[in-house]
Amino acid sequence: MKTQSAEKLAIRILAFGIAKDILEDNVIWMEIKPGSKVSDLKEVLLEEFPDFEKLRYVRFAINESYVDDDHVISQDDEIAIIPPVSGG
Amino acid sequence: MECQIYLSEQPLDGNEVFRFLQTPASGGMVVFTGTVRDHFENKKVIRLEFEAYQAMAVKEMERLAAICAEKWPCHRIAIHHRTGVLQVGEIPVIIGVSCTHRREAFAACQFLIDTLKESIPIWKKEVFQDGSHWVSAHP
Repeated sequence: MKTQSAEKLAIRILAFGIAKDILEDNVIWMEIKPGSKVSDLKEVLLEEFPDFEKLRYVRFAINESYVDDDHVISQDDEIAIIPPVSGG
Repeated sequence: MECQIYLSEQPLDGNEVFRFLQTPASGGMVVFTGTVRDHFENKKVIRLEFEAYQAMAVKEMERLAAICAEKWPCHRIAIHHRTGVLQVGEIPVIIGVSCTHRREAFAACQFLIDTLKESIPIWKKEVFQDGSHWVSAHP
């Protein structure tokens, strides 16, 4: 087994709207395994902050674009939690 | 198609939108204006607070204008949105479209405002006398 697989990536996540209220901050740091997908991050997040379950949806953006659940996260990605939008 | 995207705390200017939309080829121009209303269900709204993921919101608005121009033959598209605190009666959004004929201008304008509300990363909080809530956050 490669030693790399035991390492974790520290990722920075931006939060807006109600996500900011749930996390009580506009930026949080989380540790994920290398090769983690957006779906893995979502799972950890929902486990730690169950209030996200109550929302209509939780989407993610990476580098300022919406991404699907199977998108693999890199260390230097700008990750953002996108709770239900309500502009206009 | 030329587009004008605007997202800031500054008050919006409908005249600027009209000026931008005018081209000699444009026979139809449709402008939608959203206004802060004074109630949510039976509660009195004191003010709205808008927040945006600024860089992404601007990118998504540009993408939205491009998608719209593929669907309808638009000459110009303006999407102006405000952030920050807005009082009742103020204007958080203006969408404008100019086309050769009115029919496609109406359709394009409707598409732009409907899709903006579904996909652009902007959030509004309604503030009441006795609390507040993030609009549309919960089912």
